[in-house]
Amino acid sequence: MKEYRTISKIAGPLVFVEKTEPIAYGELVNIILADGTTKRGQVLDTSDELVVVQIFETTAGIGRDSGVRFTGETIKMPVGREMLGRILSGGGKPIDGGPDIVPEKRLDINGAAINPYARGMPADFIQTGISTIDGTNTLVRGQKLPIFSGAGLPHNNVALQIARQAKVPGSTEKFAVVFAAMGITKEEANYFMQDFERTGALERAVVFLNLADDPAVERIITPRLALTTAEYLAFELGMHVLVILTDMTNYCEALRQIGAAREEVPGRRGYPGYMYTDLANLYERAGMIKGQKGSVTQIPILTMPGDDITHPIADLTGYITEGQIVVNRDLHRKGIYPPINVLPSLSRLMNLGIGKGKTREDHKKVSDQMYAGYAEGNDLRGLVAIVGKDALSERDRLLLEFADLFESRFVRQGYDEDRSIEDTLNLAWDLLATLPVEQLTRIDRELINKYHPKFRTGAKKE
Amino acid sequence: MEVTTKHAKEQKQGVLKRIAGPVVTAVNLDAHMYDVVKVGKEELMGEVIKIQGESVIIQVYEDTSGIRPGEPVSNTGLSLAVELGPGLLTSIYDGIQRPLSVLVDKMGNFIERGVTAPGLSHDKKWTFKPLVKSGDKVEPGAILGEVQETNIVHKVMLPPNVKPGTVKTIKSGDYTIDEIICVLEDGREYPMIQRWPVRVPRPVKEKMNPTIPLITGQRILDGLFPIAKGGTAAIPGPFGSGKTVTQQQLAKWSDAEIVVYIGCGERGNEMTEVLTEFPHLEDPKSGKPLMERTVLIANTSNMPVAAREASVYTGITIAEYFRDMGYDVSLMADSTSRWAEAMREISSRLEEMPGEEGYPAYLAARLSEFYERAGLVKTLNGARGSVSVIGAVSPPGGDFSEPVTQNTLRIVKVFWALDAKLSQRRHFPAINWLNSYSLYLEALHDYYDKEVSPEWNTIRSWAMEILQKEAELQEIVQLVGSDALPESEQVTIEVARMIREIFLQQNAYDAVDTFCDMKKQYAMMKAIKTYAELSYSAQLVGVSPAQINAVKAKNELAQIKFIKDYTPELAKIMKQMDDEFNTLRSAA
Repeated sequence: MKEYRTISKIAGPLVFVEKTEPIAYGELVNIILADGTTKRGQVLDTSDELVVVQIFETTAGIGRDSGVRFTGETIKMPVGREMLGRILSGGGKPIDGGPDIVPEKRLDINGAAINPYARGMPADFIQTGISTIDGTNTLVRGQKLPIFSGAGLPHNNVALQIARQAKVPGSTEKFAVVFAAMGITKEEANYFMQDFERTGALERAVVFLNLADDPAVERIITPRLALTTAEYLAFELGMHVLVILTDMTNYCEALRQIGAAREEVPGRRGYPGYMYTDLANLYERAGMIKGQKGSVTQIPILTMPGDDITHPIADLTGYITEGQIVVNRDLHRKGIYPPINVLPSLSRLMNLGIGKGKTREDHKKVSDQMYAGYAEGNDLRGLVAIVGKDALSERDRLLLEFADLFESRFVRQGYDEDRSIEDTLNLAWDLLATLPVEQLTRIDRELINKYHPKFRTGAKKE
Repeated sequence: MEVTTKHAKEQKQGVLKRIAGPVVTAVNLDAHMYDVVKVGKEELMGEVIKIQGESVIIQVYEDTSGIRPGEPVSNTGLSLAVELGPGLLTSIYDGIQRPLSVLVDKMGNFIERGVTAPGLSHDKKWTFKPLVKSGDKVEPGAILGEVQETNIVHKVMLPPNVKPGTVKTIKSGDYTIDEIICVLEDGREYPMIQRWPVRVPRPVKEKMNPTIPLITGQRILDGLFPIAKGGTAAIPGPFGSGKTVTQQQLAKWSDAEIVVYIGCGERGNEMTEVLTEFPHLEDPKSGKPLMERTVLIANTSNMPVAAREASVYTGITIAEYFRDMGYDVSLMADSTSRWAEAMREISSRLEEMPGEEGYPAYLAARLSEFYERAGLVKTLNGARGSVSVIGAVSPPGGDFSEPVTQNTLRIVKVFWALDAKLSQRRHFPAINWLNSYSLYLEALHDYYDKEVSPEWNTIRSWAMEILQKEAELQEIVQLVGSDALPESEQVTIEVARMIREIFLQQNAYDAVDTFCDMKKQYAMMKAIKTYAELSYSAQLVGVSPAQINAVKAKNELAQIKFIKDYTPELAKIMKQMDDEFNTLRSAA
């Protein structure tokens, strides 16, 4: 393999190489330093005169005297069954002291788009044991449902609780977990690792760790490696895979950093104009394939800068993913765990996974009624602050109390509390029973007669 | 996708010079703007988008990884075109009219590159029934015959851009789309297929002003903010406000004869939902699966960005083709923002001077060109056809002041403003009744008078007034509480609540409520108005708002929308309501 020593410019994560033979776009590049260490990169722009290489690690130590080797192939990663239980670096190298991965296959890390015609429709309800998710923002297999959070909020606990408790009722298969950390602190990483070990989840997990002090640009490939692994486990080995990506905000920062180094025309807030497409290429790698057994379900986590849901990172993510779970600071301050604010939260695929034969026939309508009641009660809090409780009508007073009950009983639950969907829905009915029956306009009479505690118990007595 | 066969000529090969993502540069290539070219050894399809001295800049419709400088580029000399003919209906295409089902057969579950697939099946035989005979004079766009494609009759037409002529022979029987079915006196021969460049609107005789509403079965749309057949509408809204559900409801229930649905840069799972659901849903008119009148274009967000840019043109060209047969076509584009972003991405790779928020300066021009392809027309063959365009817009952060929303609003006539606040309280469809508007009300006035009820237009204005009034009153309520309002206004608040909860809210997932015809809409609104009148008059004679609110019949009204044969039940409720008010009044 030919080695060039024609580096003309190094700027940030980019290395410019001159006078090469024709080099392919997207090719994997090795840069050989004077001390013999190798750094990896990828071709971003290629022409007769100049090749632009993006390095995945720090460019420290690269000089104009460094050697450049073009490998002639795009970035592939070795994958194999033995990856389960292993801890790898953000660049895919084992860091748990174990042997190298013996590859069963080498796959392009960029993956390919699933043909929409070949996609299977997500329909299997995943019970996470968390009422605010199962009851009102249901997760289904093959969905991508991010957690929108803010700095200092317990999103990691929520993610871990989901990973620990997630199951498809009636199925004994456990989820395999692919965990990709991008730019999180060692402490946070330890927290995840300890929990995986405590619960025995590690043996069915593959962990990729790019920590806060690892090179930022490596974060560009970490989620791609993780998703390639997940696709392999799902579509070649038939496993159901849960992918946790944290923290997508750090990924986007790395994307912006590279855009700036390339002197690209920036889009909103300096993020590159192609960020939507770039994020879509990650998030869209969730799903199922018709006639195949496995599935990839994604739970990306992002911290919204300034808790701003309109920030480009949260905004573009929300437009791609199938809903979002929003972790809220006010609830957290009130000491409620998990502090999930259901109002801006949403699961777009919820209707595919619930209802008769899947969860329960009243699920959809109960969920809508809970939402409507909580939204209205929540609005009334503003009014009460001005006019006082006494000025409220009876209807409004009940709604206000309902909102409080909703937070203290439905939202709040223990870190290890695993509520079944039956429990969640019955709890919902107990809360709805505090409102007059005529006010339950979202639920038809038949369901009210069947499930409303008042009529339920009444029926038994007769 | 195929390319038009005319103008084809010998082209010399060019050489690739630079590759940077989906935009590549070639030299030594004879090319004109928007020529389709084959790039590299794998012959990836691309389109010329800029010519600069010796360099030709090409956007490539497939992933360019692994392509090297020095590889060949050849020009087909043709522009990007779609194949039009029997076989379009029930098809599912990517952005450049490659059938996705064929791609699965050719390359498996994932989209690989370098595979071509024609838009229509060239082997399948269709039964052609002639409608002209030898000796007939035919103008461009003339209907030569027909094919029963699904339950829709596919009219086979002379292409629009040819000279008139006289039919010499016309065939009848089973033919493929490539076999000649018509020969003219001057020797010109025509098969059933025609090809049309996607960036050029198909010609019509005359554009007319729309006068008939596109009935969608959605109360807030038909009732308050209707769109006309041949009209344009935009649905902007932040994520999670229900754009896609609204678009899908329109695709399912609108009374157009043909539906073209473009999933442009959207979610894969959502397209799957459409693909799985449509074949099982019945067209309320024909009772046949909805898929039989539908063409789907699915270029999801992770499929190549240049093909996303093309998908909108592919869709509208197919829509125009069916319009030319004399059909009412509705086209849904979800989402035009992703299309605009594709333009922005390509533009920034071209290093063009950016306009607002990095979008190219020609954004407004492209959007208006696209929406202008909608319309109610007299076709070249004299029939009446229409294309209604409904574009979803996804404004970043839900901010309607951004360029795509603003440029769209300058063109479209109907604005359905989705509101995240409404969707958070599960008020669906989450269309804000105060911000939305329709400029077709005047044009559709006569239709409603005749087809629904002479009362309808008045009732509609009444409802809008109440809703407007409520918004004003709510501001006061926020400050002093509802008990402080005068009694008549407390009644208004209650009536407005009923309009919102009973009329405006509609459950897309309920088997009955998902579609509500105009008669039922009228009946429901009329019932609410009757309640309002009874309430006001009771209040005048001294009945308290609390007593009025306790009227039981009112609560029953909410159930009407879930009942299929609602008339007897409604009559019963109205009777009960009357009785209750009579009791109240006489007690007062």
